[in-house]
Amino acid sequence: MTGLIATARALRERGVLGLNARNGEFMLPWNPRRFYPLVDDKVLTKTLAREHGVAVPEVYAIIEIPRQIRELKSKVAAHEEFVVKPARGSGGEGIVVVTGRGPDGYRRIDGTSMDEHELAFHISNILAGIFSLGGTPDKALVEYRVNFDPVFDAVTYRGVPDVRVIVFLGVPVMAMVRLPTRKSGGRANLHQGALGTGVDMASGKTLSAVLRTSIVDVHPDTGVPVAGIQIPHWQTMLEIASRSYELTGLGYQGIDIVLDRKLGPMVLELNARPGLAIQMANRSGLRARLEAVLRDRASLDSAAARIAYARERFAARPA
Amino acid sequence: MSKLHLYVLAGLLVLAGASATAYKVLVLGFPLSPNQRSEIWRVELQLAYDADGGPAKLLLSVPSDTGQVSVMDQGFAARGYGVTTERTRLNERAVFSIADAQGRQYLYYRVVVDLSKPPPAQPQPAPTSQAPRFTPDELLVAHSLVDSARAKAADARTLADVIVERLKAAKPGDEASYLLGRDPMRSQARVPVVAVDLLRLAGVPAEVVNGVLLKPERRNARFVRWLEIYDDDHWTPIYTSDALKAAGPYLLPWWRGPALVAHVQGGKNLATDVTVSRSLEFSTRVAVARQRALEHRLIEFSLFGLPLQAQLLFRTLLAVPLGAFVLVVLRNVVGFKTFGTFMPVLIALAFRQTGLAAGIVFFTIVLSFGLVVRFYFDHLKLLLVPRLAAILIVVVMVIAALSVVSHRLGVDVGLSLGLFPIVILTMTIERMTIAWEERGPRDALQQAGGSLAVAAVCYLLIQHTLIRHLLFVFPELLLIVLAATLLLGRYTGYRLVELRRFRVLAK
Repeated sequence: MTGLIATARALRERGVLGLNARNGEFMLPWNPRRFYPLVDDKVLTKTLAREHGVAVPEVYAIIEIPRQIRELKSKVAAHEEFVVKPARGSGGEGIVVVTGRGPDGYRRIDGTSMDEHELAFHISNILAGIFSLGGTPDKALVEYRVNFDPVFDAVTYRGVPDVRVIVFLGVPVMAMVRLPTRKSGGRANLHQGALGTGVDMASGKTLSAVLRTSIVDVHPDTGVPVAGIQIPHWQTMLEIASRSYELTGLGYQGIDIVLDRKLGPMVLELNARPGLAIQMANRSGLRARLEAVLRDRASLDSAAARIAYARERFAARPA
Repeated sequence: MSKLHLYVLAGLLVLAGASATAYKVLVLGFPLSPNQRSEIWRVELQLAYDADGGPAKLLLSVPSDTGQVSVMDQGFAARGYGVTTERTRLNERAVFSIADAQGRQYLYYRVVVDLSKPPPAQPQPAPTSQAPRFTPDELLVAHSLVDSARAKAADARTLADVIVERLKAAKPGDEASYLLGRDPMRSQARVPVVAVDLLRLAGVPAEVVNGVLLKPERRNARFVRWLEIYDDDHWTPIYTSDALKAAGPYLLPWWRGPALVAHVQGGKNLATDVTVSRSLEFSTRVAVARQRALEHRLIEFSLFGLPLQAQLLFRTLLAVPLGAFVLVVLRNVVGFKTFGTFMPVLIALAFRQTGLAAGIVFFTIVLSFGLVVRFYFDHLKLLLVPRLAAILIVVVMVIAALSVVSHRLGVDVGLSLGLFPIVILTMTIERMTIAWEERGPRDALQQAGGSLAVAAVCYLLIQHTLIRHLLFVFPELLLIVLAATLLLGRYTGYRLVELRRFRVLAK
């Protein structure tokens, strides 16, 4: 019992944010319910991002009713590669990545192929809501396939690495690189076993990582150290992150950014309920940073000021 | 909205709840614990007989006017029978009649008595004298026995005692055993009957009394017999055994006379089964009755104004908010993961019908089987509503199969399983599958375990006798539960499991 109290006190001193505090003190007051659909539906998110000039993977087609499936072939004719995904999907379910055409139709990234009919059937399943949260009818999104920057290749086991930035009132407060592992099955979700690497907000260099609840220094599958990797376009990423507040109106949110080889950082999705494991990846408490932003927000009136503030105040301290 | 506002609101709620409760305890005298309830007992009599076919009539003596205890309530349940009551010379009798009875017939009678309130003493008129039932041979022996007893007795009361002692001390071959009969097994049971005849012979009005021992609570209770003499203008009981003497007020006089409690016309093989229990549903009625005169209006608008059936429902219903509160504590303070917000409370309600251990076992079996089927359904790519309906059908079939199997194995619990809420199970299966796919088997099993653990805790609370009693008698306590829940709504501290999760950050 005294041990628990001591732990609680230590966590509080380090400014660690718990779920109750996240929900009650940051999400409830700062995330109005009416803005949630903006981040839960990827089509809405994309439209908004484009309006605000934030880079997102280009949309080739949005399929909302079964009749539109027939038009798919002509819409993607000009693109060798593309991705089909449900607009309200979660956990990477229902995503088909096409990397080219072969004798049997579309060639998929895992080496299998899919003909016109199979793809049409898959899309009609998406529309029926098989992959959507709660099983409600959904839309299918056909979009540009991101060519990942090779910077994380050595510390990624297949799948899609991305950069998660927590943004509070337009200030990027904490970031991590989410690296898929064999255990996570190529997915970048930490609770599925992906590796989360902390990021020094000042330099954009990776720090040590968290795997479930323990802190590690190397990728479990490749054995390569995860610290010290410079994230390219760090300043641009911070700019994208700081703009996401105006985009959605959500005060507290997580933004997932992917790095394209040619096009640079692009927003993949936004999250109104970002998890708390990011604190362990950074070995630092979120609460302390969020409270700092609350204190100083009067002076943070421009995006540039907010980014400068984040780089200065949330720089990693040598352990 | 400031925290102060919340604290003031919570404070007011606690104050209101606590003061209403205190008023009811201190001024109105409501009992704080179920053990303080008054002496309300309930006796159930099951009667069964084989009908001859055709009209049948069952005459049952009922304890409506035994002079020592007040009967609060009585009820008859006999399908197809007409019930009337009539007075005989000694007793009140219920007459069950039916035009056409076939096969084994079952009838039920229930009486609720209050031992704490003896009925007001009424003048008891002298009985008309009754002739003793002796054969001429017996009469001779009886006269000799009475004469020897008279020599040792000062008054009617002592005479009765002496006669009873003499009969109890009967040895084979002596006068007493001649009167009691040869069968030593039956002779003790005949002591009151013979004593009554002897007393009548001596000119003392006497009667056999039959009744039931209320303590201890039990099934298969038996009727016992003693006698009463009329002396000094009232009836005085004379007990023929120490057990009856020791029973004191817990002896319920039922009917007078040497006859059986019931006899049937148009049938045979009459069997009776008596169950005695301390009444729960009537426990607070006494307090209510006591203050009914005092606060008539208050009662009318309280739960006691409801019909009994509804009261029973509320006994459980009122405990549910406490279950919800515990759920809040376990989720937001401890950090249990559960399926759905209130699913554990619903599961806890379902456990009421099966008991805890059996409930958990059945829940686990149905859930695992449902999960397997649900994963198979996944391949069929069914849409939401048909998918849920399909799972529901499977759940019902699994429950039916389980009931049959457990019945075959002699486990009675399976029979109450039919009411196990199938919709809750269906939704749990669906949610668990989604959790399994989206967050992995680890999370899904964690949530399932968490749900069961929370349900078990809620169940133990909901079933707790004292808690049910308190919440039913003092529903205003819910204001305090509400206040505590509101305060927890602003608890933004760490959850217990987070202390473990984030422990690397505390170093």
